[in-house]
Order: sequence, then structure tokens, then C-alpha cells
Amino acid sequence: MSKMAPPEEVMKVDYSTPAESWMDVKPEFKLGNYSYPGKPDVLKYLGLPNPREWNPVEEDWKLPPDWREIVRDGFRELLKKYRSLKVFMDVCVRCGACADKCHFYIGSGDPKNMPVLRAELLRSIYRGEFTVAAKILGKLSGSRKLEEDVIKEWFMYFYQCTQCRRCSLYCPYGIDTAEITFLARDLMNRIGVNINWILEPVANCNRTGNHLGIQPHAFKDMMDFLVDDIETITGRRVEPTFHRKGAEILFITPSGDIFAEPGIYTFMGYLLLFDYLDLDVTWSTYASEGGNFGSFTNDKWMKKLNAKMYHEAKRLGVKYIIGGECGHMWRVLNQFMDTMNGPADFLEVPKSPITGTVFNNAKSTKMIHLVEFTADLIKNGKLKLDKSRNAGITATWHDSCNTSRGMGFFDEPRYVLENVVEKFVDMPAQTIREQTFCCGGGAGLNNGEFTEMRLRGGLPRGNALRYVQEKFGVNTMSCICAIDRATLPGLADYWAPGVKVTGLHELVGNALVFEGEEERTMNLRQEDLPGVEGSEEDE
Amino acid sequence: MAGLVTAFLAVVALAAVAALGAGAGMANVFGIAVPYVAVAIFVAGFIKKVIGWASTPQPFSIATTGGQQQSLPWIKQSKFDNPSTPFQTVVRMALEVLCFRSLFRNTKLDNRASEGRVGYGSDKSLWLFSLMFHYSFLIVLFRHMRFFLEPVPMVVTGVEFVDSILQIAAPTLYLTDVFFVVGVSFLLARRIWDPKVSYISLVSDYFPLFLILAIALSGIYMRYFAKVDVIAIKQLAIGLVSFKPVIPPNIDWSFYMHFFLVCVLWAYFPFSKLMHLGGVFLSPTRNLPNNTRMVRYINPWNDPSIKPHSYADYEDDFREKMIEAGLPVDKEA
Repeated sequence: MSKMAPPEEVMKVDYSTPAESWMDVKPEFKLGNYSYPGKPDVLKYLGLPNPREWNPVEEDWKLPPDWREIVRDGFRELLKKYRSLKVFMDVCVRCGACADKCHFYIGSGDPKNMPVLRAELLRSIYRGEFTVAAKILGKLSGSRKLEEDVIKEWFMYFYQCTQCRRCSLYCPYGIDTAEITFLARDLMNRIGVNINWILEPVANCNRTGNHLGIQPHAFKDMMDFLVDDIETITGRRVEPTFHRKGAEILFITPSGDIFAEPGIYTFMGYLLLFDYLDLDVTWSTYASEGGNFGSFTNDKWMKKLNAKMYHEAKRLGVKYIIGGECGHMWRVLNQFMDTMNGPADFLEVPKSPITGTVFNNAKSTKMIHLVEFTADLIKNGKLKLDKSRNAGITATWHDSCNTSRGMGFFDEPRYVLENVVEKFVDMPAQTIREQTFCCGGGAGLNNGEFTEMRLRGGLPRGNALRYVQEKFGVNTMSCICAIDRATLPGLADYWAPGVKVTGLHELVGNALVFEGEEERTMNLRQEDLPGVEGSEEDE
Repeated sequence: MAGLVTAFLAVVALAAVAALGAGAGMANVFGIAVPYVAVAIFVAGFIKKVIGWASTPQPFSIATTGGQQQSLPWIKQSKFDNPSTPFQTVVRMALEVLCFRSLFRNTKLDNRASEGRVGYGSDKSLWLFSLMFHYSFLIVLFRHMRFFLEPVPMVVTGVEFVDSILQIAAPTLYLTDVFFVVGVSFLLARRIWDPKVSYISLVSDYFPLFLILAIALSGIYMRYFAKVDVIAIKQLAIGLVSFKPVIPPNIDWSFYMHFFLVCVLWAYFPFSKLMHLGGVFLSPTRNLPNNTRMVRYINPWNDPSIKPHSYADYEDDFREKMIEAGLPVDKEA
């Protein structure tokens, strides 16, 4: 990461607008504000067009000779396939209600990060290429012709959008920038303009089953390592199974959870919970990815990667699927999976074997969120929980964009959180629930080279966190998203140093009291529990 | 700025054309031909646009959820911000269309870098003035029914009575006339003076505002200042709607100007952002329920030929390693 100015400086954002029209302002690529292009071998593996070495800072992007035709035809095709696109191209009145809702605008002051202008980047071409008004009024009507600079601008700004949909909440016509960004990225993919941090995970996921490219034996090794850790901490040997045919439940979570801190502690939480319940659950290395970077690429890859879940559930003959803690994974599962890969008529409506609760809200997809499952367990008194195992934690809750505005998952995780920690306080109302701010790393932007822009985009979340840290002594931010767990520690280090980031089931795993267990002296991070060595007064 | 000036000059030119043209003996054109053509363009253009949207498939159900989902029975669902049934969705849409629900949420960024604080206070001004503008417009339009219907229905006179309840000036002042001008002026002023909004504004953003403002002002001039011959205008209006058009004498030039600008608005409507009137009903983030785990949503172009990289292929790729790691396989090596 290049040297970044301190938060006090970065907060002084210049929101003034340039004197010249936005169409005359060219994007300036510099390290920190863009992501590296897709590597040729990755594109070749995926069968995506125009694989080549290229560099955004160079003048020549090596577009195919007929790139204009490809983009034009592609645009026309998408306008026929997506009513959303067609309506969103036509109805915007440029009222500007969305303008200051975007975390990248708030953190950068760049007017092209105002959602309205981000969409105008595409809309200006729509008008210029497909409407009559442009022919009469030209630039005055906000239309322009396709030039290479337009593609460069698209690459800059459609990869400075995390598809968090905060703007869409405030838009009087519900214009959804995530939809616009998704389709603009689809168009760019047709001429080989894309980023590696999305495409390599897509390729990995296709072949190895997960974004990180963890091969089956390595996945098993990592699991064993975490199982050993659990034994060290709790004295219990949990026995997860893989590919076990006839199991009742298939469990799928983002691979980030098995790979790196702090996700691994959440992963250990899952394992402990399943062991506690003696749940008839199995894992798969083939379907070892909950997330779906295809949903940052195009509808084909979104569908293809997602299809593994039902494919594996069918092969193993499970009754239903439980999904782990992830954000965009759940947007795909909630709003796309059944449409793309359903109907899942070989599965049964999920029914908790512990409480008997039937999850009618998932009666068609047959896939429930682990947090729903756990909330139901707690409500029915099926978990013995000791909050003091999370003593010393003053927690706040980060609502992930996708589960918030693509689902509405607010009270379930809060209910679980309140049952496993002693102190919980929400961040200010305009920064949580449906108004939540992005971590800055969604939609494929959690790569190293983009760190500076991501931290700037993290300003609203970071500032809200800093606020509760100072006012209420919050020292832990919990969340249910793997990208959050990867992004937020860096965000917190920068904007609110001292706050640590946890998944929800890490805290559940800490609090779970097993029958006849040996007394725990440390939490899942192998940190000493407060009060264990000393006397009661420590906590 | 170029957009602002162009739009302003265009409206001035249009107003002048009608005022001068009607005075120069072209009343037939401005009183009969133009309105028929304009209404025809409006109706045909509006229908074409809406059919264009409606006939395009919406592949996915992508509600933007603005509250708690339907979940476990003991969790309270936010039914109208996150609907899961058709009825709840209709209510959500009604709140959106009639009350501007989403605009009601509006906040204003307040970055106080020196204090280390960023705030997002509620900002209802755009909501308030938009609502004022749209409802005033609707009521003014409705009051104009008196020109097309004989006898004037009770409901129209009732609205007029309430609208002029203050009983000031002669002819009595309609409140909606004031609200209308205030509303549209706010939208215009905001567009000019809010740098963010000004930066994104196009000629197609200024033009309708100037046009609508000119329509309002010319109407106000006719009623309160020129005190035009209302009987004659009604004769013309009824002639038009009964397809027996006549041009009565004694109609002031200001009427032709007002009427022509209205015709321009009709004809312009289907090709402009004003189509948000139709589009808001078709917005997939608002008009679909968030029930996609309960009810399968169908995409007509869903491609069944897209299959996952199969488990069998995966196992072929990794069989040795899987066996070595003790992972179960379907086919032995």
C-alpha cells in the first residue's frame, strides 16, 4: 500500500465540482484508484474474449478492432433482456437524491462517484447511440458517441462501485446502480476490459470449487488444522465430514472463512455449533464456496458457479442446504438462485431437526441462512450460552450491504448477537440497517492495489465506527459477511484503530457451553478469557 | 450553464411563436391543429414507451429491501418497506407513487472534517417541494376539467371551492397556483444553485422546468391580469373534445401562448425524462415482492444449457489427491 495520509487529512474531502463539463474530464489512472486487469491465462480458461497483457495507465488498451460494434450490439442485447436497464436508462430525472449517498463519493468527492453520474456514463451512450434526441441536440442532451475514453471512464467508475445499492434505496424510481454496474461490467467483459481480482476467483471457483483455489486435499488440511485448534481450546474433538451421502444437511460457506483470520474463528464457531447439536451435516470441497464472483462478472458466470450448490446437494442426497455468513452470496441465494438454477424439487422444505421449526420463508429455494437457524435455536432455548465468555467485548453490528438491501436481514443477527455478548450498541441510525454503509470491498474491490480508494470509500463506515468507539467504548464490530471480515480489519485499523472484527458465529462458538465440558480458559482466538487466571473482579 | 440558457431561450422562443402566430391570424393552427397533433403524439408516444418497457422481460426479482424481511414468526416484518406478498407490494408502490416514500428518506451529507464527524441529517426539502409541485399540478389539471365538461361536475366545483378557500383577490386566488409556482421554482433554483445538481443537469432537465413554469405563469396572467374571456375559451375547448372545433372570436393572445406551451409539453412528454410518470410503476426494485426464497421467480430467457463444472469432472481432476487425503470419491482410481 502506498503511503496514505492520516484520517484527519483524508476526511477533508473536496466536494467542489470542476469548471468543465464532466464529459471533458478524463479519468486519471494511478496506483490506488484502479484494480489490475484480468490475466490472459485466466481469460483463456474462462473463454472470455480478448485475452492479452494490458495496463490501464498506458494509452493503448489493445481493444479488439471491432470493439465499438461489440459494445453497441451488446448494449442492444442487454436492453432487450433487462427491463431494469431499459427503465433505468429512461426514467432518471437527475434529482440528485442519490448523489451524497455513495460511500465512494463521500470519501472521494469525485462527482463521477455520484450514482447519478455513474449511471450517466452509460446513459450518455444509450442516448447517443439509441435515441433521436441526441441527433438533434448532441452534447447538450447529455449524449455522446462511443470512444475509447468512454471505455476508460467505465473501467474506472464501474470498478469504483461495490454494488452496495445504498443509492437505490433513496432513488424515487428505485434506480439500482448495482444493476447498472453489473451490466456495464458485462459489456466491458465482451471486449476484454475487466479485473483480475474478480476473474481469477471465478476461474478458481469453477475448477477447484472455491475462489481461493484451495484444492480438495488442502481444504481438508485446513479443516484439520482448525479442528486441532478447537481441541486445544475446548478439549473437544469435533468430527466434520465431507461428501457424506445421505446426510440431512449440506453446509456451504465462503471459502474466506477457512482461509484467513478472522474468518477462521467464525468457521470454528460453525464447527462447534454443529458438534453441539450433533447435527447431521456434511461439507463439500466441490461446493466449497458460498460467494459468487460470477455475480460481479455476468449472468452466465453467476449462474454457472451457483449451479454447483444444487448439483452437489442432489448428488449427496441431502434434504436441504444451510448457508454460512456471507453478503453477496446471500443476495444471489435470495434473489437469483431459484430463478437461475431452480426448482430444487429434489430437496425438502428446511425443518430444524432440533426445534421442529419449518422455514417456510425458504420453502422454494430450500436453503436457509445459518443465522436464521441459530436465532431459532436460541429462541427455543436449545443453546446454553455464557455471555461472560465474550466478556470485555462491547460490540457493534455492521449490516452487510447485500443482506440488508437485497434481503432485509436485520433482527435475526442482532437477536443472536444480543444473546452472546454482554454489551451491544448500534452505530448511528443513518449508517445501519437498510441505510448501512459499505465496507468498501464489495463486488470484487478488496484487492491490494485498490487499498487507497477502498479506505477512502470506507470513510462513512469508519467514521460511524469511530463514533461508537469513542462514545460507548465499542471494541468489536461483528458482521455476517466474508468480504467484510477481510475488509473491515484494515478499515478499522485506519479509521478506528483498536476495534477488532468478528463474525457472528465466532461469538456464538465462544459462548456455547457444552455439557460436561472442561472449563475454557481462552476464546477461539486463543486469547485468555478475562477473569480466568485472576479473581472475579477482573470482569 | 449552456443547458440552462438553451432551455430558457427555447421556451421563450416557443412562447413568442404562439403569441405572435396567433395574433397574425394563425389561430386555427394554434387552437386546433397543434393540440390535436400534440395529443396524438402524447398518447401514441406514451403507449409505445410503456409497451416497450413492459414487453421487455425482467429476468430477476431484485427488490431493494428497505426494512426487515419476512422471517421467523416472532420477528416483526417491515411489511411495506420489505413486502413479501402482492398486497404488501401494492401498498409499497402506493406509498412510493402517492407519498414519494423513497424521497422521504432523503438525508444530507454533513462532513465536519475539523470535528472528525460526518453526519447524515434528514433533509425533507426535496420531498416536500416535489410533493407540493406534483399535487398542485394534479389539482390544477383537474380544475381545468371545467373547460371541457358542461355542466361542470360537482367534484370539480368542490375542488375549486376548497382551493380558493382563502377568498383573496378577484378572481379569487387558487392556493394551488401559488404552490405550483413555488414548487417548480424550488426545483429550478435547486438545480441552478446546488453545485452537485447543477453539475449533472442537462438541457433536458432545465427545459421541462422552464416550460412548466411558463405554462403556470401564462395561466396566472390570463386569470388574474388579462382576465380573459373564459366563456369563449370553454367554447373552443368543448369544440376540440367533441371533434367539432371552432375558433371563437375575442380570445386573448395570452391564451394561445398558454395553450401552445401545454401542447409542447404533451408532445415532448413521451420522449423525455417526464416519462418517470410511467416508469415508476415498472421499476423492478420497487414493484416486486421480496419472496424469492418462497416462490420461484421465472426468467423467460434463463438458459438451461449453462451447467456447472460437474462434480464428476472435478473428481477426475483431483481424484488422486482426494483419495490420499481420505476424502470420499464416487469412482476409485
